[in-house]
This record gives sequence, structure tokens and C-alpha cells, in this order.
Amino acid sequence: MAMQENKSALEVEPRDEAKIKKIWKTAGILLLLTLVEFVFAFTLPRGILLYAIFIALTIWKAKYIMMEFMHLGDEAKPLFYSIIVPLIFLVWLVIALMREGSDIFLLRW
Amino acid sequence: MSTSATAIGVSPKRGVWGGGNEPLKASYGKLMMWFFLLSDIFTFAALLITYISIRVSFPVYAGPVESFVGSNEYWPVPELVFDAIPFIHGVHIPLAFVGLMTFILIMSSVTMVLAVEAGHRNDKNDVVKWLLWTLLGGITFLSCQAWEWSHFIHGTDGGSVITYVNNLGRVVTEAVYGANLSVNEYGPAAFAQLFFFITGFHGFHVTLGVFLLFLCFYQAAVGVYEKRGHYEMVEKIGLYWHFVDLVWVFVFTLFYLI
Repeated sequence: MAMQENKSALEVEPRDEAKIKKIWKTAGILLLLTLVEFVFAFTLPRGILLYAIFIALTIWKAKYIMMEFMHLGDEAKPLFYSIIVPLIFLVWLVIALMREGSDIFLLRW
Repeated sequence: MSTSATAIGVSPKRGVWGGGNEPLKASYGKLMMWFFLLSDIFTFAALLITYISIRVSFPVYAGPVESFVGSNEYWPVPELVFDAIPFIHGVHIPLAFVGLMTFILIMSSVTMVLAVEAGHRNDKNDVVKWLLWTLLGGITFLSCQAWEWSHFIHGTDGGSVITYVNNLGRVVTEAVYGANLSVNEYGPAAFAQLFFFITGFHGFHVTLGVFLLFLCFYQAAVGVYEKRGHYEMVEKIGLYWHFVDLVWVFVFTLFYLI
């Protein structure tokens, strides 16, 4: 019933500077990773290696957004796994459709 | 979240079966937002993986950058297609504009987290301030996308000579400017189709997000959440907004970098 006392008077708590600093730090990391992608796009030769680097950096960024911005890491473990584990199916989909695409390529050209 | 104000337990009238308990220590609304986002992840993933699949079924342009011409025989190099920025006509400035769009969306995600953080502290003024910044970022991003689409549809001055089957069913070879769903000056028809569909679907999500943000901003400003006793709605809409940013990170890599 502690919540009901809370209801009548909402007290404004002071800013937690450490928390806010962490948010800006995450923002800096995200922008830095994007900048690195840009630099690589114009300096490295196109090919599997470059694409692999891009995908890795993208997933790294996705991790920061989900863990720091969406606070998925702070949720209960079962919730965390119920969101992350189903994504395994996507690995299969990527492999299957890339196989399919390259087979179409071989048939067509 | 270890905060004093959450939606859980606010209404003692809701029993265990009415959402009054805490499955997975998250409120009903937050839990359902997460599961909606999971289903949306699958939708976007299916679209993006389709893009990859169709892309690997075409040869890639392998010649020197200077002599690139659009053709439906091979997939174009993105930095040679997306090289325009507003107000500067006919200059090759690759990827600068999408870089700006990415920056805007990431920054609006940051201001959204700050709004959520302010909501945990019941700080109405900060919530309103950061939501307004987020709203501004969202609208700016949408405006940029509108320009990007308009440029993509109208095309360059030179266009490209493309051999294709026109809508009368004849094979024609002619200069094509810009893009539509059946032919475009940049690459295979599927290139423009996927561009329209995927960035359009993402833009639709951003538009919805802007509406939700406006609603949230208004309700926070007039004190609806203060009366309710918690700012959880900011958190839920925040989850959605971060998801939109998350999808853009992948769209950006697949469409503009690879």
C-alpha cells in the first residue's frame, strides 16, 4: 500500500548525474561506431570482409540500443530470454535465404 | 527498474488475474509492448533478409566508381545512388545526407532515454522538455526522408538508358529518370521496390511514433501522468521509439553501406 501514499504527492527526485552521464556515453559510442562505418565505407575495398565488419558493428550498435536505451538488461532474466532466444530463428532465415539467393544467381547468370 | 513509481500495484482493484500481479517483474503494458516489438522485429527482419536474398541473386557492379552507370543487369553501389543533399544540386557527396538522418534519429533516441529517466524521477518539467526534443527529432527525420524519397523518385539530370518491358508489354530501350515500381535508373526494379517498401514501412513506424510522442508530450504537459502517479507511458512509448531507431540502424547498414 506504499503506492497509494505515492499517489497523492509526486515528489520530484533530484537528477542522478551518474545515470545521465552514462546515457550520453552510450550516445557517444553509438555515434562513434556509425562514424567508423562511414570511414570504412570510403577506405576499405568492397567485399566479404567489409560487409562482415559492417554487420558486426551494426549488431554491436543494436546491443547498445537494446541493453542501455531499452533497459532490456535490467529486466527479469525470463523476460530477457523470451525476447532474445526467439531471434535464433532469424539466423536460420538468413542462412536459408542467402543460399536461395545465390542459387538463383547461379541459375540466372 | 528500481524506482519508486511504477504502474504495478497502483490499482489494488485489479486482482491477480486482472493484471494486478507482476509476471516477469514488468507491468502488463510494458510486457505487451515488448512482445509487440518482438513480433515487429520478425516483420522487419523478414523484409531485410528478403532484401539480402534478392541482392545476392544479382551480380554487383564491379567496375571503377567514376564510370558507374545505372543498369538493371547489376545491383548498384549505394554510395553512387545516395549521393545528393538538399540545396546543393548535381554535386556528388556520397552518403552525407543519410549520415545526417542517422545522427538525427540516434539523437532523438538519446533525448527519449533522458525523458524516460526524468519520468522515473517524476520530474514533469524535464519529461516535457526531453519529449519535445524527441518530437522535434522525429519530425526532422521524417522531413529528411520525404526529401530523400522525392529525390529518389525524380532522379538525376542524366538518367540511365535501361532496357525493360514497359507497361504495354513491349521491350523498350530508353532513357529512364528516377524510379517507380516497374523501372528505375539506378538498378534492377527490385532495388527501388525494396527501397520503397522497407524505408516506407520504417517511415510509417516513425510517423506512428511521432503521433504517440505528441500524445505523450501533451498528456505529460497537462499533468495526466502526475495525477496517475507514474510516468510509465513515457517508458512504453520510449521502448517503441528506440525500436524505430534500432530498425534504422539495420536499414542504414543494409541499404546505404553494403
